[in-house]
Amino acid sequence: MHITDILVTGEPIIYAAMVSIALVSIAILFLLTYFKKWGWLWREWLTTVDHKKIGIMYILSALAMLFRGGMDAMMMRVQLAFPDLGFLDSQHYNEIFTTHGTIMIIFMAMPFLIGLMNIIVPLQIGARDFAFPYVNALSFWSFFFGAMLFNVSFIIGGSPDAGWTSYTPLSGAAMSEGPGQNFYLMGLQLSGIGTLATGINLMVTILKMRAPGMKLFHMPIFTWSTLVTCFIIVFAFPILTVALALLTIDRIFGAQFFTLTGEGLPMMWANLFWMWGHPEVYIVILPAFGIFSEIIATFAKKRLFGYNAMVWSMIIIALLSFLVWVHHFFTMGAGAFVNSVFSVSTMLIAVPTGVKIFNWLATLYKSKIEFSVAMMWALAFIPSFILGGVTGVMLGMAAADYQFHNSYFLVAHFHYVLIAGTVFACFAGLVYWYPKMFGHKMNERIGKWAFWLFFFGFHVCFFPQYFLGLDGMPRRLFITNIVEWLPLNIISTVGAFGMGLGFAVFVFNIYYSFRNSEREETGDSWNGNGRTLEWATTTPIPYYNFATVPYVDEIDPYVRMKEEGKTTYDESKLEPIHMPSYTGAPFIMMAFLALGSFGLIFEWMIVAIAGLIGGVIMMILRSFDYDEGYHVEVDEIKRIERKARGL
Amino acid sequence: MSAEELKTGPLEYRTKEGQMSILGFWIFLGAEVVLFATLFATYAVLFGRTADAPHPGELFEAGTVLIMTFLLLTSSFTCGLAIHEMRRGSVKGLTIWMIITLALGLGFLGFEIYEFVHYAHEGATIQSSAFWSSFFVLAGTHGLHVTLGIGWATLLLIQIARRGLTNVTSRKFFIISLYWHFLDVIWIFILTSVYLIGMVI
Repeated sequence: MHITDILVTGEPIIYAAMVSIALVSIAILFLLTYFKKWGWLWREWLTTVDHKKIGIMYILSALAMLFRGGMDAMMMRVQLAFPDLGFLDSQHYNEIFTTHGTIMIIFMAMPFLIGLMNIIVPLQIGARDFAFPYVNALSFWSFFFGAMLFNVSFIIGGSPDAGWTSYTPLSGAAMSEGPGQNFYLMGLQLSGIGTLATGINLMVTILKMRAPGMKLFHMPIFTWSTLVTCFIIVFAFPILTVALALLTIDRIFGAQFFTLTGEGLPMMWANLFWMWGHPEVYIVILPAFGIFSEIIATFAKKRLFGYNAMVWSMIIIALLSFLVWVHHFFTMGAGAFVNSVFSVSTMLIAVPTGVKIFNWLATLYKSKIEFSVAMMWALAFIPSFILGGVTGVMLGMAAADYQFHNSYFLVAHFHYVLIAGTVFACFAGLVYWYPKMFGHKMNERIGKWAFWLFFFGFHVCFFPQYFLGLDGMPRRLFITNIVEWLPLNIISTVGAFGMGLGFAVFVFNIYYSFRNSEREETGDSWNGNGRTLEWATTTPIPYYNFATVPYVDEIDPYVRMKEEGKTTYDESKLEPIHMPSYTGAPFIMMAFLALGSFGLIFEWMIVAIAGLIGGVIMMILRSFDYDEGYHVEVDEIKRIERKARGL
Repeated sequence: MSAEELKTGPLEYRTKEGQMSILGFWIFLGAEVVLFATLFATYAVLFGRTADAPHPGELFEAGTVLIMTFLLLTSSFTCGLAIHEMRRGSVKGLTIWMIITLALGLGFLGFEIYEFVHYAHEGATIQSSAFWSSFFVLAGTHGLHVTLGIGWATLLLIQIARRGLTNVTSRKFFIISLYWHFLDVIWIFILTSVYLIGMVI
């Protein structure tokens, strides 16, 4: 085999990307060596089982993926604004919109939210860690290696080009030769294992590790959203696992599930994919609802209005999310009756969602709102998300969908809900909980710059796309030089660059705040307005989270504790705390499985089997591992707590 | 996480870690139900789409399938006996019944492999048609689960020989017994909706 069969060649942009990847990698290796940080990296991060550190790694990876997906997006926008420039050819364009979609959903939105869940959920329920810290590390590394595998495809082997939905037969072996599509299958499969494990892990954590006295209906709303999301994960992800496996077997071992030759059914892929894919939409939106609920309550300085209705609406949304998948292919010939059923069930989702919107508004009603950056993201979310939601109902009408489908109207709709919902929530949540993670706030003034740039950029980018869609501009097309479409396309591209600039400012803010922000003294960072238990810990959080766990029997327990002048810390009740040991096994196990997947992608069976055997050996070693962790002694806890609390 | 231990109840439930692991495994089995449900749905959708390959009715044999069913159902029973012995505190009883369970599982696997090879000789392979793809993947996924279960239980047998009954080893055996019974349940669905229906239609 020749090197050009493996590396992607022939495109100046790709050569530039290769050079920059090489330079960045060398720079990282050099810096780690120069500052003698290899040991630190291994001991503190690669082997960690601490949910807070794992959460931070999730968020860092997700930000990197947001950068990658954003670059893809801007390249597409350049191509569409200047179609005669020939910036991208059709093949490259197909690869870019495929990776943009896949990365943003699977490797950006979900990991970002899971990262926030990792850090915050145990703190909100008064737990010391996840139920299964080892499995949590395993989940992270499976996501990380899955994402890396997917990302190397554009320089090694070639990217997938069949869209993020990978519809068969287009994505089958007959029409998509080569490793590109295999990268998609194996990258998603590997990270999917981790997502399922996280779902189970968080469910057990929430069900079994709540502070004494805390009933389910005392839990903070973000924890509730996590629990409901995990329910969706556990029941939706196995469908994706099967779908990906079937297509892999089709492509690599010549089975006939989705082919046209052996009486297979290409349409079955659309069903399987969306039976997972539609619930997936709610996997990335429900935690966002939870984040906004926390932020709105905090900065409106009021208890969240309609707590019970908020919880029940999430549960109903979760159930309905499994019953609407056909609305993704109304136009593929399901027939009038089937379309009607799924049309009605789709529009039903607007009801619980509306309940939530009114509850947020009612929380804001007659409150004294503090316009901090996190709150601005939350407030901007409401009208922007409604614009997406209402056009969603328009798309939900099966008859009208024949007009909208495959047009930019659809593109505008899902970017409106996913960006105004999920991306705003990721930024809002990161800003809001940032002091808990790093012990200092992000700069508010720069944060507002990032917010306004991104917010305006977003609307300028996607609002015109509704009209482009109504004017008949199809999606997934790389040439759009029809004169009537050009002005709106150019406006849209300007907006996209506005968002890019906003993101750059946001990231700069991380660096700036690290250097210049005041270090936090108290744990209750937002002017003492924290309502839930995560604000009751000290900052920085000790690795065992809570020295003594408080008794909780109400919603927003920390509000009452502050009124009564209490803290969660009770020195007379200290006991040794049991903690899990750090271990490099999850990292190594997933590295082996990634190697195996890499082999399968190129159909190098020896590599595939070697990776699999390595993974199995690591599992066997794990089975024989009886390390039960260690105990933090009372003296040690006392020392840490006294220092943190200035006692 | 607390290290305190209850004084009553089965050994595997006495620590919070044990309780959490078992709950987590139940949730995992929920996910496994979805996984197999998807495979069954695929099979049902592709039923009869045999292209030029033989029809299932021509190849399925009641004899082999009945022996397989007998072996696997019995193994579920002996697995129950193993856990019963574990609850009585008998490492020896647990070990013996578990070995019998695994032997029956191996027997099941042997017949399944024989069956697959036989079908392949008759011209029905994973590549020959959509129907046979779905058959081999559905039955094969179950078979793969049985294989994993055998390997996993073997590791646990080594551990119990070394460490005896503790909170941890008993929890591990309890969990694999859940897994084993689950495979039995799945097999009953395969027996009815794949083999019996395939032989009748």
